[in-house]
Amino acid sequence: MRILPLIISATITTVLVITLNSTLVLPAPLGKLLSPQHGIWQNAESADADFNAELKFPQLKGKVQVYLDDRLVPHVFAENEDDVYFVQGYLHAKFRLWQMELQTHAAAGRASEIIGDKALAHDREFRRLGMGYAAEIAQKEAEKDPVIKAECDAYTAGVNAYITNLPESELPLEYKLIGYLPEKWSNLKTMLFLKYMSYDLAAHEDDFEMTNAKRFFNKEDFDKLFPLKQDSLDPIIPAGTVYAAPKVQAKAPATADSIYFAGKPLELQEEKPDKENGSNNWAVSGSKTRTGSPILCNDPHLGLNLPSLWFEMQLSTPTFNAYGATFPGAPSVIIGYNDSCAFGFTNGGRDVRDYYEIQFKDDTRKEYWFDSAWKKTDFRVERIKIKGKPDYLDTVAYTIFGPVMYDKSFSGGVAPNDKYYAVRWKAHDPSNELRIFNELNHAKNYADYSAAVVNLHTPGQNCVFACKNGDIALRAQGEWPAKWKGQGDFVMPGTDSSYMWQGMIPMDEVPFQYNPERGFVSSANQKPADSTYPYYLGRNYPLYRGLLINKRLSAMTDITVDDMMALQTNNYNIFAEEARPVFLKNVQEEKLNADEKRYLDILKSWNLNNDVNEKGATVFEVVWKKFTEVVFDDDYKLSPEVIMHPFESSLLEGVLKDSAYKFLDDRLTTKKLETLADDVTLAFKKASEELKQAETAGKLEWAKYKGTRINHLTKLDPFNRTDLPIGGGTHCINATKETHGPSWRMIVSLTATTEAYGVYPGGQSGNPGSRFYDNFIDQWVAGKYFPLWMMTKGEENDKRVKWKISFSRS
Amino acid sequence: MKFIVSIVLIALLSFAACLYLPWWSIAIVAFMVAALIPQNPGKAFLSGFIALFLLWGRLAFVISANNEHLLAHKVSVLILKMDSPYLLVFVTALIGALVAGLAALSGSYLRKA
Repeated sequence: MRILPLIISATITTVLVITLNSTLVLPAPLGKLLSPQHGIWQNAESADADFNAELKFPQLKGKVQVYLDDRLVPHVFAENEDDVYFVQGYLHAKFRLWQMELQTHAAAGRASEIIGDKALAHDREFRRLGMGYAAEIAQKEAEKDPVIKAECDAYTAGVNAYITNLPESELPLEYKLIGYLPEKWSNLKTMLFLKYMSYDLAAHEDDFEMTNAKRFFNKEDFDKLFPLKQDSLDPIIPAGTVYAAPKVQAKAPATADSIYFAGKPLELQEEKPDKENGSNNWAVSGSKTRTGSPILCNDPHLGLNLPSLWFEMQLSTPTFNAYGATFPGAPSVIIGYNDSCAFGFTNGGRDVRDYYEIQFKDDTRKEYWFDSAWKKTDFRVERIKIKGKPDYLDTVAYTIFGPVMYDKSFSGGVAPNDKYYAVRWKAHDPSNELRIFNELNHAKNYADYSAAVVNLHTPGQNCVFACKNGDIALRAQGEWPAKWKGQGDFVMPGTDSSYMWQGMIPMDEVPFQYNPERGFVSSANQKPADSTYPYYLGRNYPLYRGLLINKRLSAMTDITVDDMMALQTNNYNIFAEEARPVFLKNVQEEKLNADEKRYLDILKSWNLNNDVNEKGATVFEVVWKKFTEVVFDDDYKLSPEVIMHPFESSLLEGVLKDSAYKFLDDRLTTKKLETLADDVTLAFKKASEELKQAETAGKLEWAKYKGTRINHLTKLDPFNRTDLPIGGGTHCINATKETHGPSWRMIVSLTATTEAYGVYPGGQSGNPGSRFYDNFIDQWVAGKYFPLWMMTKGEENDKRVKWKISFSRS
Repeated sequence: MKFIVSIVLIALLSFAACLYLPWWSIAIVAFMVAALIPQNPGKAFLSGFIALFLLWGRLAFVISANNEHLLAHKVSVLILKMDSPYLLVFVTALIGALVAGLAALSGSYLRKA
């Protein structure tokens, strides 16, 4: 009579096992997750983890030795280049596999496969932007180049060698938590990663917002809010440089400035990268340094995430020896130095993504009107797999401009849209970006650098260079469309070729500087050149960081590495230096209550540094924000939802040169003409309310108010690092914002034996269960650096070497 | 004596099985051991329960201690909504224990069926 209890207990056991193995009942498969031999415990890396290993792979040609130092930086010594890239791929996967796959899935518009239909809008947007299409074109181009093909093939083989030999117990934690398995790497994925960088760095535009602004404001107001040039601009290539007549001349269509701006607002909501992808780089020549050798500095500012975008390593072969920050997902050292020279980048930030309104013959979208004829459309069917749901099929029309990104079926969700907008994006054009890194890793001199950087088409970057022979240089590099003045600032008609990009700026007309007399080159995303440059450069660039860097560098002599560290982590707010006097001069103190007066006193006594404990920085930030609202909110009251707001410099420069700046008046009050004093005082009163709240919450100190955090890519709170006590801000050289900031700080002094320093806000391991997951963050927060060790043969027994991995052919 | 032997056997075989098989192989091991070694259902349940409680508890604790509880701090917040590495170790042990205990109970019924 034990059959019934058997059935009952066996059923309960089975149900329990199934429940604990799936997410049907519980939010997590607890049995699977917590099994000490399978689940997350296996990712709890021992504090004295042993990374030593001897590995054999049939793909290798020779032996490769990897020495891991005390910061888990691999120093890879290979007998040939294929092997070095194989091992680079293997190590990237070993430490960062989940991140590599997630980023490339996101780039490809495949996030729904992992996280379900909440990512569908993202996936459609990315596919309609043609990310996969662009990556396929890039792969074709890269594989035409035998050197780069070999490099990519070896890298891919290395990643896959790791994946193939990965037991389920050693799967990265995130796969276990989300519940999926890694797929094989491919050269296409490397290209997708690079296109993701193009998206992040070269996809920002405000075409819809600007079009609406141009329709909403009259010409005079529009020009005031969105000027073509800023008064205080200190361009990358100094003002006064003489340029030759342009070889390509773009001709503006007769209707460019007129008929196209009638009509109703364009209500499209785009997914956009942060436009403040700020960065700084500079190189000072030996004439300004204490050692007499050049120093190169670079801090690319990007979204701050864990695992970090960067992975530090040294790649050494008989043909090259490079050290620096690498991208998990791509071969080569990206920002770094070799035995002869150093190289770095800031974002070029020019508008290389434009929209065209397409006139289709009918809803089938098979033909569109172009140059007085019907032209055939191509279609690309995007199959989007969705976790737990049927596939979603999206048919994207491709025109002569590029994919039709927005149409009736997809407008990003703000308002239904009955128009068709094709996107012309430079990242769709064939180019071979990996070539630049390969050549820079090998570069010995300025000629090598010059030959290398012209391979960089998109994302366009300001490439800084310094060499042991004393040369310094900077190129505002990219394959830039030669635009007529204003081209691409607004959505353009897609019915005739006169609105198309008419050519590219020849590489020898890209703004550059080589060993300038002033003894330094620098860039901080500001406009590359002043108005004497014969090509249109667009209107929206940050200008204040560049201003300060040039001011400081000009004044410096006898420069040391420490000086450069201090400059890179400098929290001086040059924007506040210009704006605070406007507040202090105009505020009507007699109208302020005791609290408001107290905040004013804090602002008055502030030393203009956005340091961790400065309350003045918080007061300034909030007052400026409120001032902008007081001045402009009335003007924008009736505007469309999607519209461009003024450049930050417009208001400051506006009130500096004209105390009766017309936007100061509140249009909603007809009786009174508000003055600068009225607006500043009102801004103060409004700011005080917010400041009071911050003070009550104990968050008046700048770092607490700002709340810099570094999120894990899943944004799961325990894996994030929050409330970091770090200063800086938008207009400081140390441009650390809430989730954005210097993603890698590097300083290279090119003395006989190179002296280099670096730090990034993360850690070498992507595993939240490793002590190497976030171990650089405190150092980064404190503005401190690690010495970078370019290991040489013979140093195998150095005490910095902690582990050794030997790779050989099986 | 059978009780102790059962516990030791379930623990050892579970450890070995999990080197190659999915985590739920502990249920099969406990079921088979209980079916082979005659014990009353209550004792069978307890032997499976104790075996896996000790095995998983100890494994998890040692791993976590070597990790200086770095991961357990994070994952306990994630799963248990509170920062307690020891509770996470306890929950781990409890889950293994329940599964093995119930499986062993079923095994003992099979024998007596």
